Amino acid sequence: MTIHMKDVSKRYTLPKGKELLVLEGIDLEIRHGDFVIILGQSGCGKSTLLNLLAGFQFPSTGNILINNKPICGPDPSIAFLFQRPSLLPWLTVEENVAFGCKIRGDTHKLAYRVTQFIEMVGLSGFEKVHPPKLSVGMAYRVSLARALIGHPQIFLLDEPLVSLDTFMRNRLQEELINIWLSEYFTAIFVTHDIDEAVLLGTKVVVLGGRPSRIRGIFDIQLPYPRKPTDESFFHTRTSLLKELKASFIENHFI
Amino acid sequence: MKSLMKYCVKYSKDIEISKEKTMTYQIGYAACGTALLILIWFLGGSYLFSQPGYEQFNGFLPIPTLKALFKLIVDIGFWSSVYASIKRVTLGIMIAFVLGLPFGLLTGFYKRLNLLTHTSVQFLRMISPISWMPIALLVFDSFESAICFLITIATIWPIILTIANGVSRVNVQWIKMAQNQGANDFQLLLFIILPASIPYILNSLRLAVGIAWIILVPAEFLGISSGLGYIINDARDTMEYDRLMAIVIAIGIIGFILDGVIQLVQLSLNWIWIEWD
Repeated sequence: MTIHMKDVSKRYTLPKGKELLVLEGIDLEIRHGDFVIILGQSGCGKSTLLNLLAGFQFPSTGNILINNKPICGPDPSIAFLFQRPSLLPWLTVEENVAFGCKIRGDTHKLAYRVTQFIEMVGLSGFEKVHPPKLSVGMAYRVSLARALIGHPQIFLLDEPLVSLDTFMRNRLQEELINIWLSEYFTAIFVTHDIDEAVLLGTKVVVLGGRPSRIRGIFDIQLPYPRKPTDESFFHTRTSLLKELKASFIENHFI
Repeated sequence: MKSLMKYCVKYSKDIEISKEKTMTYQIGYAACGTALLILIWFLGGSYLFSQPGYEQFNGFLPIPTLKALFKLIVDIGFWSSVYASIKRVTLGIMIAFVLGLPFGLLTGFYKRLNLLTHTSVQFLRMISPISWMPIALLVFDSFESAICFLITIATIWPIILTIANGVSRVNVQWIKMAQNQGANDFQLLLFIILPASIPYILNSLRLAVGIAWIILVPAEFLGISSGLGYIINDARDTMEYDRLMAIVIAIGIIGFILDGVIQLVQLSLNWIWIEWD
């Protein structure tokens, strides 16, 4: 699935009739199978962009085309991973994973698929456990399985790993890349962490300013698995930082 | 100022300690409070009814009342009245719940429906249920259905408002997640909103039982020939003041037990997801 964003802007109406322009003039083309990182400061409209792609909100001007069709609302083929795991506490792990499939009536070999996905995220043996008994990392894995069991074409991730500790974060980043390599979906990953961007992405889109615009698009051609200790990783990271700085100065943004 | 600070610090520690104490500690305090209430009743009553002209009301004092209460417990007529009253309360609340639950869920979920109905609900809520009494008697043939109507109309508003409030507090992420997974509005209401609101639904029932129990007695003054309200009136007419007071106490005890049962259900189910995310 290819994504085309043409001159997309988003404005919010504030109380007292004022308007806030969050995003302006976003032109972006994403090919199928890309791992796109949306990089930017907090409050720069990264999450807004993701909400537009998920169909939770609609652009004020411009349009977003997915396979040349505009988005008209939330769609199961575009899965969303929230900042928090958002599991339903009254359902067990396996019921949480199966939730979306049951809603969509997609019950063909469901039990088998649920087992398979729970195994994939490394939670075999926890099928009958209720979410409040899980650790945060485990809860993330469950929400990952829930989002991916429907084989989405596009996977939107809204700063999903920010509240985890470094070890858990590194492991989940690795696992995410492995899943992406085997499932072949388009991933759009929002973060404010440059290391994470270089570690995961094939393409980094930098947002910034008020209203937010695209300040630069960088391709990263490192092979996977990437390791932060590698020299090539270090070089890529340094050159990305330099280019970032240059593009921000160009835009009078520092 | 300094001493106040010191006091606050000391007091907050005391609270922490009392939290760690067990059930028996709480029950001990509750028993002391109850004993204090009976003492006040005894002293106040003894003083009041020793005044000239009030001697005939001696039956209202604790000891005659307790004696009458024991007589009441072995009296089958009393238990059939309790049964009749609880039946009315249950039926009235059931009707209110069956109507109020979907209405509360929908008004909580659809903002526009809420805007449309909010004023009407707030207005109807403020009408004392007792003021519907004459109308109920005119409209309904039997006293039984009139009482049922009164209990329904008294309890439906808190049920609607509590459930609607609960729905508006449901975790937005759960709703977004379900929408993203392809849920339509009906599925959203059934699989997310309803289970997530269960704590509030139980709360609304607890409120309803409290209100229904209060409305019941005046409603049974209507002229019906069974129920707790009726036997209170009967005891007054036959000037059995000890029995009258015993029934008053019994009403309190039964209401306390009904409330306790729902509270027990609330506690035992342990709805962790109010705070959990």
